[in-house]
Amino acid sequence: MNYFDQDLTSLHADLVAKKISAVDLAKATFENLRAVDPQLGAFLNLNEEAVLKQAADIDAKGIDPDKLMAGIPVAVKDNIMTKDLTTTAASKMLEHFVPVYDATVVEKMRANDAVIIGKNNMDEFAMGGSTENSAFKVTRNPWDVSRVPGGSSGGSAVAVASGQVPVAFGSDTGGSIRQPASFNGVVGMKPTYGRVSRWGLIAFGSSLDQIGPLTRSVKDNAAALNMIAGYDQHDGTSSKQTVPDFTAGLDGNVKGMKIALPKEYMDKGIDPKVREVIENAVKQFEALGATVEEVSLPHSRYGVAAYYIIASSEASSNLQRFDGIRYGFRAEDVKNLEDVYVRSRSEGFGDEVKRRIMLGTFSLSAGYYDAYFHKAGQVRTLIINDFKKVFEDYDLILGPVAPTPAFKIGDEISDPITMYMNDVLTIPVNLAGLPGMSVPAGFADGLPVGLQLIGKPFDESTLYKAGYAFEQATDVHKQTPEVGGAN
Amino acid sequence: MAEERINAEQVQHVAGLAKLEFTADELGTFTGQLEKIIGMFEELSAVDTTDVPATMRLDDDTNRLGQANMRPDKAVKSDEALRQALLKNAPETANGLIKVPAIIDESGDGE
Amino acid sequence: MNFVTTIGLEVHVELKTNSKIFSPSPVQFGAEPNANTNVIDWGYPGVLPTPNKGVVEAGIKAATALHAEIEHHTYFDRKNYFYPDNPKAYQITQHEKPIAHDGWIEIEVDGKKKKVGIEEMHIEEDAGKNTHESDYSYVDLNRQGTPLIEIVSKPEINSPAEAYAYCEALRQRIQFTGVSDVKMEEGSMRVDVNISIRPAGSDKYGVKTEMKNLNSFNYVRKSLEYEEQRQQRVLMSGGKVQQETRRFDETTGQTILMRVKEGSDDYRYFPEPDIPAVNIDDDWIKEVQATIPEMPGSRRDRYINQFGLTAYDAGVLTQTKEMSDFFDATVAQGADPKLASNYLQGDVNAYLNENKVGLLATDLTPEHLAGMIKMISDETISSKIAKKVFKAIMAGTEPVKWVNDKGLVQLSDPAKLQPIVDDVLDNNDQSIEDFKNGKDRAVGYLVGQIMKKTRGQANPKVVNKLLMTSLKAR
Repeated sequence: MNYFDQDLTSLHADLVAKKISAVDLAKATFENLRAVDPQLGAFLNLNEEAVLKQAADIDAKGIDPDKLMAGIPVAVKDNIMTKDLTTTAASKMLEHFVPVYDATVVEKMRANDAVIIGKNNMDEFAMGGSTENSAFKVTRNPWDVSRVPGGSSGGSAVAVASGQVPVAFGSDTGGSIRQPASFNGVVGMKPTYGRVSRWGLIAFGSSLDQIGPLTRSVKDNAAALNMIAGYDQHDGTSSKQTVPDFTAGLDGNVKGMKIALPKEYMDKGIDPKVREVIENAVKQFEALGATVEEVSLPHSRYGVAAYYIIASSEASSNLQRFDGIRYGFRAEDVKNLEDVYVRSRSEGFGDEVKRRIMLGTFSLSAGYYDAYFHKAGQVRTLIINDFKKVFEDYDLILGPVAPTPAFKIGDEISDPITMYMNDVLTIPVNLAGLPGMSVPAGFADGLPVGLQLIGKPFDESTLYKAGYAFEQATDVHKQTPEVGGAN
Repeated sequence: MAEERINAEQVQHVAGLAKLEFTADELGTFTGQLEKIIGMFEELSAVDTTDVPATMRLDDDTNRLGQANMRPDKAVKSDEALRQALLKNAPETANGLIKVPAIIDESGDGE
Repeated sequence: MNFVTTIGLEVHVELKTNSKIFSPSPVQFGAEPNANTNVIDWGYPGVLPTPNKGVVEAGIKAATALHAEIEHHTYFDRKNYFYPDNPKAYQITQHEKPIAHDGWIEIEVDGKKKKVGIEEMHIEEDAGKNTHESDYSYVDLNRQGTPLIEIVSKPEINSPAEAYAYCEALRQRIQFTGVSDVKMEEGSMRVDVNISIRPAGSDKYGVKTEMKNLNSFNYVRKSLEYEEQRQQRVLMSGGKVQQETRRFDETTGQTILMRVKEGSDDYRYFPEPDIPAVNIDDDWIKEVQATIPEMPGSRRDRYINQFGLTAYDAGVLTQTKEMSDFFDATVAQGADPKLASNYLQGDVNAYLNENKVGLLATDLTPEHLAGMIKMISDETISSKIAKKVFKAIMAGTEPVKWVNDKGLVQLSDPAKLQPIVDDVLDNNDQSIEDFKNGKDRAVGYLVGQIMKKTRGQANPKVVNKLLMTSLKAR
């Protein structure tokens, strides 16, 4: 079966009413996956044997009516630790790596009896925006298989968009949940920095990374965030802010809501067809009774440069632990320690990862730290202040997610700068640690286009409220893609 | 900033710090790409950041550490199964130790 | 030509906490390889550090002992370098905002007192341990993450003797806070030194050389003495001192070139993004400071003013916290302070040296020592018997009962001693005559006879008094 016609609430009701068992659901999910995924490549390692056992256990003890996710198949990006299930970050470096512990989000999934079907393909170590940087396979966009699914959480977005699972969990360092959500016509949330524990997420940019859900509907997304949010003693950067019920307040009412539209997000760098979708969304919000006004985020144009310095610097340090000594890939025929380091790393990492490591190492090195790393940190402060100023007068910010819809596989991969510039609209949100969500807003030449909603720190609720009202007022979310949707 | 942003020699130096090596071809490609990207970084020099503090981590009143919320000094010993699993993941071990080819460069910090 | 010597010391001290600085694994010596480790200590993908509150509190204590200013808003940085014992390939340390700065300690060389400034003190994690064997190295991560404080002196130490005194004073003050055992031989204190010389009158520092991981204070002094003279020879012969790392050869007493430093190492320090800044407010500082044990200086003053000990004795007793604590506990049990001081510095110390053990490793307790001293003071036992009692208390025996059981209580009752005196006199007419003729030696002989009859238990003072009276009466 696929998951186009049912949401979490109705699946849960069927499970509770024993119209379907967790085992049946898991089996049907794998069956559909085997039919659909060969064309798309959303999954790396599957968890079939363990899943069927887990589902049988869940059936045996009965579906807990208070656990919305009980028995529900979910997919997890392959940079999130799943104990005993190979976790590779789509890198040769970790090709055979079997985690000895669960990420906190995975623990929460297990505690809620969610069923982890398998791990999603991604750009190696989450570095990229097309999933073309995977060391293992190409992932294709279900709306047009000649196009990329976006990235780095490309596999997660595709798994949901093609109806293989109702929920997938990705990670977002510079747009890696929102951009593939936009490219695949699904809902993707990057929560506030600190909202979700990073324990067990393979670190890329430690001050930027967040785990978040991808779903077909806003309400499902809110429910999935309910499951994974909250303070974690393992993660000192996680927040003790109380976690509200994110599904509360989804009433379609946005009357009087004050929405800001940054002029920098609608300038000439944005594909006119994308701009048109956003302009229509603005009209929709106004029709629903919200006010939308133009504002300025003057430093957002420096976001890409600041981000690529900061994220690469942190990554260069975070990825030093992959040294061929304690786990992961070790090059063969190494004669001495230097060989172990240099050859394991040179053979184990792909080109984009090496590029980022080089950029980061350079930005932190003696003589360059002040001009690059420190300067980027100062610009980051200015970007944060821009947002603070806007949020003094507005409830949320609206704009596109990406300057274009999904591009052709192979088109941009050889040009790093063009690739990096694709992140211009999502990056400032990570630099400021704000919540950002992509909601399907329309199509450009048959390809999905997402609307980005950006909120105040820890105010995911307002994003869900606005996103839900918009979603219910349009029929965009009812469209299904070419692959997965036809059967 | 310098006119020549980065040359092959500097790329080699940085690769040394990062424990990476490149073939001559790769070196050429990487140097060209890094040169362009670092050029993009230099857009930042146009921003006036006088007296602007740098944001290096996202911490605020919701997660800053202090007397009330730091980890208490209590030891938790791992079980033997975890030790075995960790050793099993290592490419080479001997007698419960991680085995590595000889350290010939003694320049490690050794602290 | 006269030269001015400038010495800097970086001292690492291992903190005695229950758990590691960024992971809950135990801090403990002698465990099986890699038994005291978890995924954090192995630097596994996805792990995060959580700082130990006990380490910050130990830092507050040490900073206080060093009269340093405590940073109210401190944070951690990463120091990047690859090494097999460094699992993340970065060490979490403090670079920009260490927990304390601008302190001082007082040292004394040849009777002259001097304050030596402390630049900064920071907290950081220790690395694991490598052992090398032919073509391979072996890594044990048990030590990885053990908390350290590093104390960096200001360039205000001007001779190897001052460096030695600085190490001693530092060790003593840190030890009294109780945050570390500070034992060089166990590696819980490690010293790096650097030294430069410049012509007298010049205000520009010379080029410095450094030596790392010296494992005794004597080696600190000797290596600096050698290096001071070597640099002088280089400069006198028109040469230039190179910036280099040297190694001290313990057998020859010389320093040997290890590597020349070209510029500084590129550790690419940057703020640790995984750990929020730590706020240390005044209330917390006060609360922690209230738990710091009394420092040696204050104890010394107390011993002199309150107990009437000499400055020398007070100094010896406050060398180590365990000795000073033991002394205080013994006095608290009612022992005479002077006798307690004499015993600890004399017989006890001799025992420790002879058996090569530490005070706390023996079976001696302050209660037992005080028990013996009280019996000496009230003349329950003689000093001769005390020698036997001392052996007993070193073996863990309770002295009062032991003395009673063995019948070693001194005979001081005149009513019991008089018959013995009379008996001895009755049998020694010759001695009585000798005494009358002014031969004092006779008294000694008679006392000896009385002691013999009492198996040494007679109180000599009482015996003397009774004997003189009886002799005069004959």
